[in-house]
Amino acid sequence: MNRELKRVTIVILAMFAALFLSVTTIQFFSADALANDSRNARTIYASYSKQRGPILVAGQPIAQSVPSDDQYKYQRTYPNGPLYSSVTGYYTLDQGSTGIEAALNDELAGTSGSQFLSQLNSIVTGQNPQGASVELTIDPKIQQAAYDALGDQQGAVIAVEPKTGRILAMVSKPDYDPNTLAVHDTDEVIKTYNALNTDPAEPLINRTLDGNLDPPGSTFKIVTSSAALQNARLPGDTQLPNLSGYQLPGSDHVVSNAGGGTCGPGDTVSIETAFVLSCNIPMAELGVMMGQKNLTDMANAYGYNSSFDSPIPVEASQFPPLKDDPAQLALSSFGQANVRSSPMQIVEQSMAVANGGVIMQPNLVDTISAPDLTVLQQFQAKTLSTPITSITASTLSSWMVEAVNSGAATNARIDGVSVAGKTGTAENGTGDPYTLWFTGFAPADNPQVAVAVVVQNGGKLGQSGSGNTVAAPIAKKVLEAVLNK
Amino acid sequence: MTNNEATNNAGAVDALTTASPVQKPDARPLRRIRVPEKLRNLELFLLLFACVINGAAVVMVQLGAQGLVDFGQVALLGVGLAVLVIGMHVALRFVAPNADPFILPIATLLNGIGIAEIYRIDIEQGATGWDSTSERQVVWSAVAIIIALLVIVFLRNHRVLQRYTYVFMVISGVLLLLPILPGIGKEVYGARVWIGIGPFSFQPGEIAKIALAIFFAGYLVSRRDSLSMVGRKFLGMRFPRARDLGPILVIWAASMAVIIFQHDLGTALLYFGLFVVMLYVATARLSWVIIGIGLFLAGALVASQVLVYVNDRFANWLNPFDPVNYDAQGGSYQLVQGLFGLANGGLIGTGLGQGSPSITPLAQSDYIIASLGEELGMAGLFVILCLYLLFIARGLRISFAGTDDFGRLLGVGLTFVVALQCFIVIGGVTRVIPLTGLTTPFLAAGGSSLVANWIIVALLLRLSDTVRSQPRLVV
Repeated sequence: MNRELKRVTIVILAMFAALFLSVTTIQFFSADALANDSRNARTIYASYSKQRGPILVAGQPIAQSVPSDDQYKYQRTYPNGPLYSSVTGYYTLDQGSTGIEAALNDELAGTSGSQFLSQLNSIVTGQNPQGASVELTIDPKIQQAAYDALGDQQGAVIAVEPKTGRILAMVSKPDYDPNTLAVHDTDEVIKTYNALNTDPAEPLINRTLDGNLDPPGSTFKIVTSSAALQNARLPGDTQLPNLSGYQLPGSDHVVSNAGGGTCGPGDTVSIETAFVLSCNIPMAELGVMMGQKNLTDMANAYGYNSSFDSPIPVEASQFPPLKDDPAQLALSSFGQANVRSSPMQIVEQSMAVANGGVIMQPNLVDTISAPDLTVLQQFQAKTLSTPITSITASTLSSWMVEAVNSGAATNARIDGVSVAGKTGTAENGTGDPYTLWFTGFAPADNPQVAVAVVVQNGGKLGQSGSGNTVAAPIAKKVLEAVLNK
Repeated sequence: MTNNEATNNAGAVDALTTASPVQKPDARPLRRIRVPEKLRNLELFLLLFACVINGAAVVMVQLGAQGLVDFGQVALLGVGLAVLVIGMHVALRFVAPNADPFILPIATLLNGIGIAEIYRIDIEQGATGWDSTSERQVVWSAVAIIIALLVIVFLRNHRVLQRYTYVFMVISGVLLLLPILPGIGKEVYGARVWIGIGPFSFQPGEIAKIALAIFFAGYLVSRRDSLSMVGRKFLGMRFPRARDLGPILVIWAASMAVIIFQHDLGTALLYFGLFVVMLYVATARLSWVIIGIGLFLAGALVASQVLVYVNDRFANWLNPFDPVNYDAQGGSYQLVQGLFGLANGGLIGTGLGQGSPSITPLAQSDYIIASLGEELGMAGLFVILCLYLLFIARGLRISFAGTDDFGRLLGVGLTFVVALQCFIVIGGVTRVIPLTGLTTPFLAAGGSSLVANWIIVALLLRLSDTVRSQPRLVV
């Protein structure tokens, strides 16, 4: 009987060997793959059991995790939800995240490489692991001013310090309350998300950076003028035929100036006057005159067709290849045809002019600090690109000041301060409401802030609003908020 | 053989000394080779150690899940079990002083770890008082240990059981049939293996496995000659005569009936595996094993084609992550969630009280091993598997060392049934085999399972005491 018992023993050992093997396979070799399965709720619980770092503005949290008494241990709250929604984004249980919450997720969650040692330390000492805190460059007063100034318009405002690239305000409307997406009830989150996502006003889109980009209209004349002054080496007083109607080359479409008529008196008009009065016909003529290469090169130098991280990813604005089509070239010269811009792109144009031709990379993050307050990462200003020389910049600066003083952007005037600005009133299609723009900076001689404002849907005025009547007053309030600080 | 208590250790030493002509009996004082007190003292030491671990596990659960220690619960869950097993230990000193010293501490440790983990899931699910499974588990442990105590006190000689071989056959048959009877039979999660009388419910199949082991042992001892000697040689193996196939066909039919009427694959596999192994050990004929495996595979194959639930089990096993299986009613959701839990535990586990085991359905009973794997990790599961192996090793030792064939067969049967049950349930959770509903011995929540396994403990203790009390040295 002993021989049989030995064999039975071997069978039992084999059965247990199989169990040891399967346990090792599951808990060691395929543990990561199982943890990454989207159906694995434990992975989400684990991310919530750690206190996620706060997002701070001027030392005050605009997103923070507070203890909760359910299985997730912490509840993400946004004390000033709608005001900062375009900055913080949202952070849901299992429906993804956006904004800073997504862009700096590793740091906030405490899983970034620079936090490895402190995480290890907290495991050893038994402290609750915590994510890093993120202090933003946003100025709460300017953010509030921009938020109030935009009112109930559909659009966006962005304000940046031109010398450093620090983003002072970033507002996109319509907004939403990220608190409604942070609740710990997945069904409710999905319901809220679907309602927001199917809203025709698209509140979840951050219009400062991405979404359905708008034609820049006359704000693109900064790029066209830069190309003329610098790439084509044309002086600012170069004279162009002053027509009241301009038939596009190779087309029967006739372009007119805003408001009709010619661009001021006289048979010819200078580039400067065309810029200050924001005339379309001379700009179209200028574009055709200098050729597509000069314009395309300058657009790319200003940042069209390229993206960067702010650290929220910025969608590339579009200046598609012109393919030797002079009609397209003429239309593109005043920001129509297929040119599409984000407010971030438009503010970069003002930043180049304000900062001697250098665009500093716009950035939202000032400092990232570990829970023990040691600084993990400190903001450092860095150059994004240098599209124009300081001479070109100062010429354009004086034109933009002139545009505000006596040209097409007079509604941005502030008493006692010289403001530089450029408006834009872009067409979207026959009968469609205009997109209204303003970009500029102040004070012109020592710029503290550059700003871009976009108001979509015609500012509720259809085709009767203009950049100067709708967008410029909004920008003015933001500039005042910075200057009165 | 008569009652063995009379045979003391001095007798064993005498047997040796008289057998060896070189040594003179009166040359020097005889050294006692077996000292029952030493065995029992070792057992007491191990028991106290197990009880300390159990109490610490409850404290760690509280600290991990609630951040505070509730001494009332520690006393109820930890100390309660300790008092019971030490009572059992004291009884052993009188009625089975030579019993194996490892079996009781291992069973205690497994039972205690199970209570701690069940308590942990109670906390997660917010169950307190009589609603909490952990408190009921403690009460069931008490019932089980007291029954085990009665078994070991009143069953002084295991061979008495052989006299009632056919009584146990009838008992096991009745226990198996009970759940099918209308009125008291209950269907839980699709399996009809429960009976309910008033507020109490019980899985008679758990007890039936012991009755079956006794019946098989008695039956095979008396019939082994006819089952092993005669037959026709074929392919180098001696195959039994057709009329000797009767018993295995009966057991096979019973197992298939369990699959068809009670929807319980695991139990059927357990009974049939038990019978085949005992048959093989009794007859030493490999052909029985081949016939047995062939019959069961054929049955399972037909069942997987004919019975929807068996087919689903195989589909879930092969492709658990397939959304079709995952989202299906009775699909692989539980299996996959268990795997997620195990993966969440990783090498060293989340720590007691710090995982999320209750996401997985039946985390306290069928899936207790996944719950423990999540919180104690691979390291913890290895320890648990080693504890089972040690328990099984002690049981097999009894069979190896026993002198009467009935005792040896019963020992291997009871041990193998524990081993096979571990394999079926842990293998099901870890995807070695298709998942079937069985309880993990000692760990899982459930009264019937506890009572049955503690009776096995009592029987193994009784067998080991008999073996060690015999006038032999080789133990």
